[in-house]
Amino acid sequence: MATRWYQPYIGVKNRGINPEGFHVSQIKFYIVLIPLAGLMLLPIIYIFSSAFKPPEELFAYPPPLIVTNPTMKNFNDLFSILSTSGIPVSRYLFNSILITLVTVAASIIISSAAAYALSKKQFRLKQTLFVVNNVALMFVPIAVTIPRFLIVENLNLLDTFWVHVLPVLAMPVGLFLLKQFIDGIPDEVIEAAQIDGASDLHIYWRIILPMIQPALATIAILTFQAAWNNADTSTTYINNESLRTLAFYLTTLTSTTATGADAVAGQGVAAAAALIMFVPNLIIFIFLQSQVMSTMSRSGLK
Amino acid sequence: MKISLSKWVHEEGSAYAFLLPYALLFIVFIVIPVIAAAGLSFTFFDAVQSPRFVGLDNYIALLTQDDTFMRYVLPNTLQFAIIVGPGGYALAFLLAWMLAQLPKIPRTIFALILYSPSMTAGVAMTVVWRALFSGDQTGYLNSFLMGLGLMREPVQWLQSPQYLMSIMIIVTMWSSMGIGFLAMLAGILEISPELYEAAAIDGMSSRWQEIFLITIPSIKPQMLFGAVMAIVGTFQAGAIGVTLSGSNPTPQYAGQLIVNHIEDYGFLRYEMGYAAAISVVLLLMVLFFSRVANRLFASEA
Repeated sequence: MATRWYQPYIGVKNRGINPEGFHVSQIKFYIVLIPLAGLMLLPIIYIFSSAFKPPEELFAYPPPLIVTNPTMKNFNDLFSILSTSGIPVSRYLFNSILITLVTVAASIIISSAAAYALSKKQFRLKQTLFVVNNVALMFVPIAVTIPRFLIVENLNLLDTFWVHVLPVLAMPVGLFLLKQFIDGIPDEVIEAAQIDGASDLHIYWRIILPMIQPALATIAILTFQAAWNNADTSTTYINNESLRTLAFYLTTLTSTTATGADAVAGQGVAAAAALIMFVPNLIIFIFLQSQVMSTMSRSGLK
Repeated sequence: MKISLSKWVHEEGSAYAFLLPYALLFIVFIVIPVIAAAGLSFTFFDAVQSPRFVGLDNYIALLTQDDTFMRYVLPNTLQFAIIVGPGGYALAFLLAWMLAQLPKIPRTIFALILYSPSMTAGVAMTVVWRALFSGDQTGYLNSFLMGLGLMREPVQWLQSPQYLMSIMIIVTMWSSMGIGFLAMLAGILEISPELYEAAAIDGMSSRWQEIFLITIPSIKPQMLFGAVMAIVGTFQAGAIGVTLSGSNPTPQYAGQLIVNHIEDYGFLRYEMGYAAAISVVLLLMVLFFSRVANRLFASEA
C-alpha cells in the first residue's frame, strides 16, 4: 500500500474532520483561507476605518485604507445633520431599534408556537402544512412586491408601524429550523408532562421553549438581520418620513447623486452610518454563533 | 368516524391555535401575494382602473414582443444566476469543508469572517462598493490600478456596461457565505469519523473520492438546504445592479435582471399585470432550479 493517506484517521491526532489541535496537514487550508479571509474583510475594514477618518484623509489621494488620525467627527455630523425632510437621524435609529426589538420578540413567539404544533401535536393537516412551508422556503419576496403592496394597501397598513413588522414575521426558514430542532426533543418528555397534568400552554412555555434555546437564538439572529437591515419596507410602504428606518436613511446617503467633494465628504458620514448598521449584526452573531451552529446541524432538508 | 367536539378541541383545536398566528401571516404575506400575482398576470392592470382580463396576452407579449426582456434581461439573469448560484454554492461547500478540518478556535474565527458579509447584505455595503468602484481617481480600484500604471484614465466602473455585470457577480459572491454555508459546515462536522475510516479500509484512495463518496452523501439534507438558500439568495440579490449603478434601467441594460424588470414595469410604468406575469416567470425559475437541486440531493426515502 503506497498511499497511506487514510492513516491519520486511525493513528495521528488532529488530522481530518474537527481536529483538536494543529497539524501540518492544516497548513494548506490556512494558505487558502488567510488571503481569502483578508479579501472578505477588506470592505468591513473600509467601513470601520472610513467612519473614523477626518476630512483630510477622506479627500486624500491616493485614498488611504486605514485611518491614521481617527476622529468622531463623522458620527457628530451624522447625528447633527437633519435629513432633507427635517427628521434627525436619531429618529431613524430609534425606529430601527423599536421595529427590530418588536419583530424579533414576536417572531420568536409566533414561529416557535407554530413549530411546536407542527412537531409534537397530532392533527390532520400536519404533514401537508409542513410540506407547504418547505415549498415556501423557495419563496422570493422580491418577486411579489406588487401584490404585497396591494394587500398592505387594502389592509390599511400603509404608513403604519406594523407594516415594518408583520411581513417579516412570515419566515419559512425560521419555522423550518425550529421545527427540526423540536423534532430532536424525545416525545417521552412531553408525555411525562401530560401525565402530570400539564396543559399544552404549560408544556410549550415551560418545557419546549427552555429546551430549544439554540434554535431560538438562531431565529432571533435571522429575524434581526431581516428587520434591522430592511430598507425596502420604508421605501415601498412608508411615506411618512418619521416612520422610516436607519437602513432606509443609509440608502438615501448613498444614492444621492452628489459628485466630487460633496460625495467624498458624504462618504465619511455614510461610513459612520454603515458602521452603526453593521456592528449590532456582528456583536449578536459573535455571542450566539455556537447556538447557531448547533441549530444548523439539524437544518437538513430531506 | 365520530369524534366528540371536546376531544377535537383538545387534540386538534389546540394544535391549530398554536399555528394560527403564523398561519395567518403566512397566508396574508406569502400565499395570497403568490396567488394574486398569478391572477394579475392574466389581466391588464394600471393600478387606477380595476384589472381587465386579457388571457395569456401578457405572457405572449413577454415572449414575443419584449425585446428588452429577450435581449438583455433573460440572458443577464441566466448568466448571473448560473455563475453566482452554483459558483457561490460550490465555494461555500469547499470553504465549509476546509473549515471543518481546522481546530475549533480558528474555525470559528474564519466562519465569522466569511459569514460577516452576508449579515449586512445590501444596504450597508453599498457604501463600500460606491467608494471602491468610484468613477473618479479617488475610487480605490481606480487609484490602485492607476498607481500600478495599468491605467491612465479613471474608469466609470459602475456606469460601464462592460464592467457592471462582473462587478455585480463579484459583489454577490462575496456575500454568498450565508446560512447555507453554516448549515453545510455544521453538517460536515457531524459526520461520524468511523465512516471515513471504513471507507479508507475499503480502499478509497483520494481526497476527491472521499468528498464525493462520503462527505457529500452524508450531508445531502444540508446540501439541499444550502442549495435552496443559494437559489433564493441569488434571485433575491437581483436588485444589486440598480443599487450599484443608481439607476433603473441600468446603463444600457447591462445589469438588468428579472427583478429590476418587474420593478421597471410595476412601479415605473404601472403596468402591474405585465409585471405580475414577469413575477410568475421568476417564481417558476426558482421552482425549476430548486427541483434540479432536489434531484441532485434528495435523500432516498
